[in-house]
Amino acid sequence: MAKVEFREERCKGCGLCVAVCPKKIISLKTTVLNSKGYHPAGVEEMDKCIGCTMCATICPDNVIEVWK
Amino acid sequence: MTKRVLMKGNEVIAEAAVRAGCRHYFGYPITPQTEIMHYMARRMPEVSGTILQAESEVAAINMVYGAAAAGARVMTTSSSPGISLKQEGFSYIAGAELPAVVVNIVRTGPGLGGILPAQGDYFQATKGGGHGDYRNIVLAPASIQELYELTVEAFNLADKYRNLVMILGDGTLGQMMEPVAFRDEESIETVAKDWAVSGRQGRKEHNEITSIYINPDIMEALNNKLQAKYREIEKNEVRVEVLQCEDAEIVITAFGIASRICRNVIRQARAEGIKVGMIRPITLWPFPSKTISAVASIESVSSFLTVELNAGQMVEDVRLAVNGSKPVEFYGRMGGNLPSQKEILEKIRTMAGK
Amino acid sequence: MEKVFSRTEGLLDKPMHYCPGCTHGIIHRLIAEAMCELDILEETIGVSPVGCTYNNYEYFACDMVQASHGRAPAVGTGIKRVHPERMVFTYQGDGDLAAIGTAEIVHAAARGEKISTFFVNNAIYGMTSGQMAPTTLIGQKTTTSPFGRDPQVQGYPINVSEMIATLEGAVYVERVSVSSFKDIKNAAKAIRKAFRVQQAGLGFSMVEILSTCPTNWGIDPVGAIEWLEENMKKKYPLGVFRGKDLEV
Repeated sequence: MAKVEFREERCKGCGLCVAVCPKKIISLKTTVLNSKGYHPAGVEEMDKCIGCTMCATICPDNVIEVWK
Repeated sequence: MTKRVLMKGNEVIAEAAVRAGCRHYFGYPITPQTEIMHYMARRMPEVSGTILQAESEVAAINMVYGAAAAGARVMTTSSSPGISLKQEGFSYIAGAELPAVVVNIVRTGPGLGGILPAQGDYFQATKGGGHGDYRNIVLAPASIQELYELTVEAFNLADKYRNLVMILGDGTLGQMMEPVAFRDEESIETVAKDWAVSGRQGRKEHNEITSIYINPDIMEALNNKLQAKYREIEKNEVRVEVLQCEDAEIVITAFGIASRICRNVIRQARAEGIKVGMIRPITLWPFPSKTISAVASIESVSSFLTVELNAGQMVEDVRLAVNGSKPVEFYGRMGGNLPSQKEILEKIRTMAGK
Repeated sequence: MEKVFSRTEGLLDKPMHYCPGCTHGIIHRLIAEAMCELDILEETIGVSPVGCTYNNYEYFACDMVQASHGRAPAVGTGIKRVHPERMVFTYQGDGDLAAIGTAEIVHAAARGEKISTFFVNNAIYGMTSGQMAPTTLIGQKTTTSPFGRDPQVQGYPINVSEMIATLEGAVYVERVSVSSFKDIKNAAKAIRKAFRVQQAGLGFSMVEILSTCPTNWGIDPVGAIEWLEENMKKKYPLGVFRGKDLEV
């Protein structure tokens, strides 16, 4: 059991977390815009998250927190 | 007062700084002020202070910026070409409102110039030099005793106003020896520096020292705050010596070493029946405009003569203060040459029609 | 479930102004985390440079001073000499440290000034919109080398860490990167070590951090990471250039 939480308002949609995720479960929500005008990153299939922290580690904007 | 000791001007500056609580000195060698650094190199270790020979004047003034931000009483000293290099730092110190003391023992210019005394840095010292709307308090001592007293005072003024204070001397003042009487105890006016960076150490908020404000409203507000401070300094800190002006026909205006020469000229002129007085600005900024303006309105005063070791710099401020009510003439020498009493007296005779 | 990755208290909780994918944000977090892990957040005074990170004093939770362009090591020297018991770091980019501030960094290192410098090398000027930096690679296009950096015209890039490592006062010099999970972990270790070297009073410490500038490189953030891996690491190899065997 693991989960990640995204603070969407702070996300700039750079996609570094998308590229680094070993489970390939992160994507940019192309139907959502935050108030800065970015498509924020998020996870659909949270049950596949392994809590490896790679996404949070590479995030430049302190968007992500991880539980395991 | 303790007994008087014979000391060189440059050494007196260093000793005065230590007595004023300065424990951090950053400098770079340049003639004719390097004895300050020599003295500091021996004196600072006695009081567990820091003396650091920086890699350049630019580095030295930025070390001053750091030490002042950290809350210390700090000084750097230099001479004209070195002071030019420090101007960027002066502007940042003004923007960040940091207290610091800078000494300029002026030599001749422009360029590398020469190592002999001059007053050619008046404009640079009083009108800026760095970028932006800012003011430095500028003190112009005329004797070694005054050099000592004003150096101590410079540290108090710097702390009081969170402002750069410059001692504007010249090669003569730095190199000459005179008796000086040190006080047994200095009046050090300490102020709380809760704005300084010292590590938070339990403080709830972090402290920031900066001079950059991208938002125009905040930038303008800072400028308005600075200007209000400068008006306050103009109101409180003008220092000037007025000598025999009550009945004078001709009033000399001169600062620093030039005023020393003029002091004797007054005596000689009066012996010849020409009534001469003198106004000696001790603060070059804030400038004693009101005093000059008041003397200009004395009926007996027919004209002014400004004497400087330059091509005529302070004379512009004198003319602004006199505001056309009386003629203002100028006599100056350059290149490290001092005007002789004879030359000045001759000029006065001509002005008096004798 | 247990929280295994939290936001650091070493950074104030406010959005940073950097472009999407700019790795300055990662480096800020690593420095902040190091201060928290070593319990020196309330002992530390940081110095901000001129460049994209001119206002990172707004982000770090420790006391901060903003310096003029290139002079951070001199400002840091002044602070450290007043508070020798505190920790002082400078955060500088390649224009700030390797162009206008070469004198200050060289002499702070030569003096063995007990401060830590975090030198961010992204091979370009970011703030002023993509001009050539001293670390710009041969052939790299910038707004002031639009046809690619030609050594016959613009000279050669500087390997700062190798140069600083020749100085006796520089006791710890390492080059790291933030272009992969593993590199970021190593970078975190190096930053902690730099602080510990300072804590132990051993001398000057510097960590050079290879970083990306997607906006001015004209590459998307993920592509920029790849460009760094393929090009920058060749010219700027990672490793410890001084203080390999230092135990702190």
